[in-house]
Amino acid sequence: MPEFASWLIFLLPLLSFVLIVGLRPFVGAEWRGAGVITIVSILAAFALALTALAATIGNDAHDLGYRPHDWLTIGPLVIRVGLVMDSLTAVMVVVVTGVSLLVQIYSTEYMRGDKGYVRYFAYMSLFTASMLGLVMASNLVFLYMFWELVGLSSYLLIGFWGQGKAAEEHPRAGDAAKKAFIVTRLGDVGFLAAIVWAYVATGTLEIAEIHAMVAAGAFAGVGVTWLALGIFAGAVGKSGQFPLHVWLPDAMEGPTPVSALIHAATMVAAGVFLVARLFPIFEASEGAMTTVAWIGGGTAIFAASMALVSNDIKRVLAYSTISQLGYMMLALGMGAVGPAIFHLVVHAFFKALLFMGAGSVHHTAHTYDMRFMGGLRRPMPWTFATMLVAGVALIGVFPLSGFWSKDSVLHAASINGLIGGAEALYWIAVLAAGLTGFYVFRMLFMTFAGEYRGGAEAEATAESGAAAGPPPRRRLHESPWIMVAPLAVLAVPVLFAGLADLPWDLFGFGAFAMTGFLTGHVETFSTSVAAVSSAAGALGIVVAYSMYVQGLLSPSVLGQRLRPLHTLLVNRYYLDHLYEGVVVRHVLIRVLGLTAEVIEGQFIERAVNGVALIGRNVGRIPVAMQNGQVQAYGAMISIGIVLILAGFWIWG
Amino acid sequence: MAGLEHYLILSGIIFSIGLVGALTKRNIITILMSVELMFNAVNIAFIAMTRFVTPTLLTGHIFVLFIITVAAGNLALGLAIVIAIFRNRESVDITTAASMKG
Repeated sequence: MPEFASWLIFLLPLLSFVLIVGLRPFVGAEWRGAGVITIVSILAAFALALTALAATIGNDAHDLGYRPHDWLTIGPLVIRVGLVMDSLTAVMVVVVTGVSLLVQIYSTEYMRGDKGYVRYFAYMSLFTASMLGLVMASNLVFLYMFWELVGLSSYLLIGFWGQGKAAEEHPRAGDAAKKAFIVTRLGDVGFLAAIVWAYVATGTLEIAEIHAMVAAGAFAGVGVTWLALGIFAGAVGKSGQFPLHVWLPDAMEGPTPVSALIHAATMVAAGVFLVARLFPIFEASEGAMTTVAWIGGGTAIFAASMALVSNDIKRVLAYSTISQLGYMMLALGMGAVGPAIFHLVVHAFFKALLFMGAGSVHHTAHTYDMRFMGGLRRPMPWTFATMLVAGVALIGVFPLSGFWSKDSVLHAASINGLIGGAEALYWIAVLAAGLTGFYVFRMLFMTFAGEYRGGAEAEATAESGAAAGPPPRRRLHESPWIMVAPLAVLAVPVLFAGLADLPWDLFGFGAFAMTGFLTGHVETFSTSVAAVSSAAGALGIVVAYSMYVQGLLSPSVLGQRLRPLHTLLVNRYYLDHLYEGVVVRHVLIRVLGLTAEVIEGQFIERAVNGVALIGRNVGRIPVAMQNGQVQAYGAMISIGIVLILAGFWIWG
Repeated sequence: MAGLEHYLILSGIIFSIGLVGALTKRNIITILMSVELMFNAVNIAFIAMTRFVTPTLLTGHIFVLFIITVAAGNLALGLAIVIAIFRNRESVDITTAASMKG
């Protein structure tokens, strides 16, 4: 496959972005052609991505080995641009273009009639291009550029409804966009510092060259640990890991297809991808690996616990995403790159499906609050069936894709004793798997089972505090086929992606084909690990069933019994309060703001005014001298001549 | 017997009187007269230097003749300007002619 074709994979969506932006002044804000342009360009990119994957599989080294090109030469510093097309990138481009394609198709219907239709597809194209550039970049500067572009398009899309008339319906969209941008930027500072440090320490920005130096031991010790931790800081921000996870639930203010593409399948996975891409650096430092594993494992259970009590269907999915990303980080920290990326791929499929399903539910119920849903199974059979499949896959039920990926992660955690506390992390991950079973089925039961509880109209009544009359009956309906079709298409890989990494050689391409393709390292399978995690998931499902269907255990009574815990979870561990109330309001505004104000007022302003004052007063002297009296000028000239002559006489 | 220095001192005194007059008087006519004093102080210095330093050359004399000629032209021009100013302002007070100040 020629290198030019690989460049096209990310240049095509970029071209689509440029084209839509260029055409925007000549077409209406709701021009349907924008969607067509985006879909066609991403379809072409998807085809190229599949070709690239096939070429990479066919290549013995699993790397097409493109050479980087010189871009900027400044003295001894040469900045190069280049693409890499190895197994990791090939898998990522297929996932990104594939999910993006389905999300774009879904969006043409979901965004129909929106005043920002053209703008929406421009942003989506930009995002897809940036994400593809990110996974294909071969050096750190190039990668960082796309990393920030991804952040920018995420900001634009979260705040998509944050301006104009739409802002009245979505009053929090603007704040959510700013929050996402600023919080991820905190991590990016670490990443940028790591890039600078990498250049200082190794003299190169090419990822492959840095890897070679680390592998050869030319760059080792505590410097590598700091490099790894800086990179990981960037990953923590983008992938919503603790303690920078707070932006992801708020990012749900954006349009739902955006959540499906960016905040479930691709951008948030960029952090995991980054750690996997730079894995040799992490592998060289036990401290960094331990940090990654513990942050990942901690986030997995921490986010899952918050998903237990959320009533907003999109927020449940957002916490679930954070939790699953935690699993991936845990696997990476355990040294299991293959399982981590396998889980990333599978998760991209079922989580995108779940988000698009939530959007489909919203299409009928006009609310995301699950307390006002219920009974949607009959009117929406397709949405129900596909979401059920995705939910079951998310829990990791045999034999769906999630089973194989989650168990490869858990298996990695159970066997790897390289880092401190591996045993504890394994049980944390199992517990999180149990919680997953509970919150997924809680969500499914609240949405689809029982009686319909009135949707957006009931929500409005409840909010206004009026007496709850019988909700006005609106005809509940399945979403249009163009929204359902992507769900059905996504259900296929959700059901069967596990076949790519079976522990047995059923189809003649080997056992653990996918993880082997990614890392060249053959995994193993443990029945006991699979049994334990399946049991945990099943237990979660049973508890959810008894609470939300059988009514054996009322959720509100349980909430009363465990009031402190429930309050803690509902308030999201008070972390948002901590960040907004204490860090922002007190530390930033009070302390930093007041300090800045004092410095500004007492030092900077005085210095500036002082300089101006000197200039003004000095200026008054020549003004007074220039009085228009020729005789005064003559006197000055005479005095000057006398002084000069006297000077010559004395010193000359 | 008067030597070179006596002439030069006399020249300096007259020049200074002329300079002070030119710089302090308000009446333009007086200023012009003071300027004439300064010319003639210079003339005295030239003649004295010629007489005592280079008695065989005529450079100093020629210079002085030129200065007298130019000074006459100067004065004529100056008086013409004075008349123009006087016609405009009904005054020969130089401090009032300060309309060009910054």
